[in-house]
Amino acid sequence: MPIWIYILASVIKSAIVLLVLLTAVAYTVWLERKVVGRMQNRWGPTRVGPFGLLQPAADGIKFLFKEDLTPPHVYKPLFLAAPLIAVVFALTSIAVIPFGNGIYIKGQWIPFQITTDVNTGLLLILGVTSIGVYGVALAGWSSNNKYSLLGGLRASAQMVSYEISLGLSLVGVLILAGSFSLTDIVHAQQGHFAGFIPHWNIFVQPVAFFCYLMAAYAETNRIPFDLPEAETELVAGYHTEYSAMKFAMFFMAEYANMITVGCLATLLFLGGWNGPIFGPPIVQALLPVFWFCAKVFVFLFIYIWVRGTLPRFRYDQLMAFGWKFLLPLAIVNLVATAIAVAW
Amino acid sequence: MISLHLILFLFFGAITVAGAVNLLVQRHPINSALSLIAVMAALAGEYLLLGAEFVAAVQVIVYAGAIMVLFVFTIMLLNAGEEERTQGSRVAVLFGIPGMLLGSLLVAWVVLKHSGTEAVNAGVWDSASISARSVPGSPETIGPLLFHEFLLPFEITSILILVAIMGAVVLASRPTVPGGPPQKVKD
Repeated sequence: MPIWIYILASVIKSAIVLLVLLTAVAYTVWLERKVVGRMQNRWGPTRVGPFGLLQPAADGIKFLFKEDLTPPHVYKPLFLAAPLIAVVFALTSIAVIPFGNGIYIKGQWIPFQITTDVNTGLLLILGVTSIGVYGVALAGWSSNNKYSLLGGLRASAQMVSYEISLGLSLVGVLILAGSFSLTDIVHAQQGHFAGFIPHWNIFVQPVAFFCYLMAAYAETNRIPFDLPEAETELVAGYHTEYSAMKFAMFFMAEYANMITVGCLATLLFLGGWNGPIFGPPIVQALLPVFWFCAKVFVFLFIYIWVRGTLPRFRYDQLMAFGWKFLLPLAIVNLVATAIAVAW
Repeated sequence: MISLHLILFLFFGAITVAGAVNLLVQRHPINSALSLIAVMAALAGEYLLLGAEFVAAVQVIVYAGAIMVLFVFTIMLLNAGEEERTQGSRVAVLFGIPGMLLGSLLVAWVVLKHSGTEAVNAGVWDSASISARSVPGSPETIGPLLFHEFLLPFEITSILILVAIMGAVVLASRPTVPGGPPQKVKD
């Protein structure tokens, strides 16, 4: 393949994925407001468009035209850089995620993935998300505000702690698949048990899935682990001093991270794009992408469900849960998986 | 011929050097720490160009991600301010910069003199001839090396790290009486 076709294909794919991702981010916010609204016996957004469907657009316009305040005494370079860091790394991690197998266009294999199938795709995602912590930490520090600082400190400590459990919970899946490549991991989950139960890792590695779920909630700073922005004690945590589009960037980063975590859960535990395939060729080509999106949607719905159900943990409970329960559990699961595979 | 490979190498190299110089020049610790992160990330890019995917990913996760977060965390907690210029730092500038230039010239001379020889060429990886699966730095090659051939050094390193952690815990736990034995760590 000539290099310019390759670059062109990458640019087009990046543009499409970015567009879809940002739309998904906007509508996840809408979905959350709707679902949590129904759970709390109210309607959520209804005024802008049918079912409030144009609410995200209205919010976006509002964010753009709000006054962009920079408080005095902040450390300016980092105050400006922090939201950028957060949003850039949140969007970057989607690059290695495969959304489906791929299709042939004029004899040219086009994978449904921005990069080609990288050997170490999973590690790349872990690396990018681990750098995303700086956005939150630096925002808290550079704001020159005690609530922001506490939020930033909490966020960095929480993310570093739970990253270990997150990584360890994935190793069991890696042992079963024998590869870091996300495509290989999905291919390892094809087929069925006893004819009807799909061969997904969630059924083989339920403990690992539990660890992943808990660590993922903590990594994305969501309830019940949203201590960094606990509004009852920290005003708004690390983004207290941010307004207008800069605040929106943190918001986008949080929801983009949720979607990435959902994509990863789908690929690693829910069988990726595997699902029943039928119909004419064009439907057959697009059905895997549909299954993938449906599974990510289910994962996001659970996120919102949990948010509407659980109260917030105390900070010492959070740390004790992470280090004294989740980490040992992940290690035991890893050892058990390794013994089972070796045997 | 200027290949994409060379352009990327120069790009990441420039970031690494600029970040390292900035690390020394900046007077605020948080700026220095951030420059160090840039250096680590750019180094990961260089590893990637050499075909060492696994090392590149681990470089980002462990160094740029975990360790530097702890650096930044400490700077934030201590609220460390700008460092002051002392008599000692002037001496360091006077002798340090020429010394560093001399050292890098020496290294460059040694590398250039021996380029083209067997030892240097063994490390060069020809991207066209090797398929993606047999790249020298892929996880499939590193895993067996780490857990078969170099198992003993690997395990000894982990014990070393464990001892360091235990030392940190002992140092961090406060003694009940001044000069007495460290208190038992409570929840």
